Amino acid sequence: MIKNFFIIAILAGLAAIFVTLFWDFGDSETLTPLATHYATNGATEVGAPNLVTSIVVTYRGFDTLGEVTILFLVASIVSFFLKREKVQKEIAPKRETSEIILTAAKLLVPIVMLLGVYVFINGHLTPGGGFQGGAIIATAFVLLLMANPDFEINHKIIATVESVSGIAFVLIGVLGILLAGGFLDNKVLPLGTFGKIFSAGAIPLIYSFVGLKVGSELSNILSNLQGVQKEEM
Amino acid sequence: MNLIIIIVLSVVMVVMAITAIIHKKLAVAVIATGVVSLMASVMYLLMAAPDVAMTEAAIGSGLSTIIFFYVLNKIRKAK
Repeated sequence: MIKNFFIIAILAGLAAIFVTLFWDFGDSETLTPLATHYATNGATEVGAPNLVTSIVVTYRGFDTLGEVTILFLVASIVSFFLKREKVQKEIAPKRETSEIILTAAKLLVPIVMLLGVYVFINGHLTPGGGFQGGAIIATAFVLLLMANPDFEINHKIIATVESVSGIAFVLIGVLGILLAGGFLDNKVLPLGTFGKIFSAGAIPLIYSFVGLKVGSELSNILSNLQGVQKEEM
Repeated sequence: MNLIIIIVLSVVMVVMAITAIIHKKLAVAVIATGVVSLMASVMYLLMAAPDVAMTEAAIGSGLSTIIFFYVLNKIRKAK
C-alpha cells in the first residue's frame, strides 16, 4: 500500500514537471546571444563547415574530454568486474551460426569499419564525429562476434590503441595551451582551406583519436561480456 | 509528408515502449527497446539533427541491444 502510494506520488511529480516543461515549450524565432556568436563567427574562428563539431571539439572541448573519461571509467569497471577465469570449462554444444549471418559478416564487417573511420575523419565536414565513428566500429565487432562466437579480440592491441589515443588527445590539448589560445584550441595546426579534409586545425586529428578511443573502449566492453558467456556460475 | 512519417514513427515508438514494459518474455522486451531507439534515430534525422541520429542508431539500437542480450544470457545461466 505504502509502496503503491510512493509510486503514484513519484509519477505525479514527474507529470507536474513535464506538464510545466510542455507549457513553456514554444518555437523560438531568435537565437540566444551565445548561439548567435557560434553561428556567425564559428566558421571563421574554427574553420569547420560542421558547426556541431566545432562546438563539441573546440568551444566545448573540455566537455568532450570529460565524456571520454566517463566512457573509459565504464570500460575499466566492466572489465574489472567481469574478470575472466583462466580455466575455461568445456563449452556446451551450441547452434551453428546461420549461413546468412556468416556471409553478411564476411561482406559487411570491412565496409562497416571503413564507414566508421570515414565518419570520424570527416567529422569536421559532414555530420558525425569521434563518438559516432567509434560506435560504428564497435557495431562491426558486434557483427563479427555474432557470426563467430569464438572470435577473440586481441586485448593487447585494444589496450594499446586505447591508451595511446587517450594520451595523444590530452597532449594535443596541452599543446593548445603552449602554442595557441588555450586548452584544446584547434589552432595548433594551420586552419587551411575551408571545407578541405586537412583543415580546421587539429580537429581531424583530435576526432580521429577520440574515434579510436571510443571504438576500442566499446569493443573492449563487448569482448569482456562475450568472454564470460561460456563460464558456468 | 514529413508529418505523416513523424506520426507513424511516434505511434510505433509508443506501441513498442508499452510492449517493452508489459511483455512477459524479456527477449521480446529487449528487441522492442531496440526498435524504439531505431525509430527515435529516424525522428532525429527528420528534425535535422543527423549527429544525434547517428549516435542513437549505433549505440541505442545496436550496442545496447546486444549488451542486454549478453547480460540476459548470463543471468539465465546464474539462475
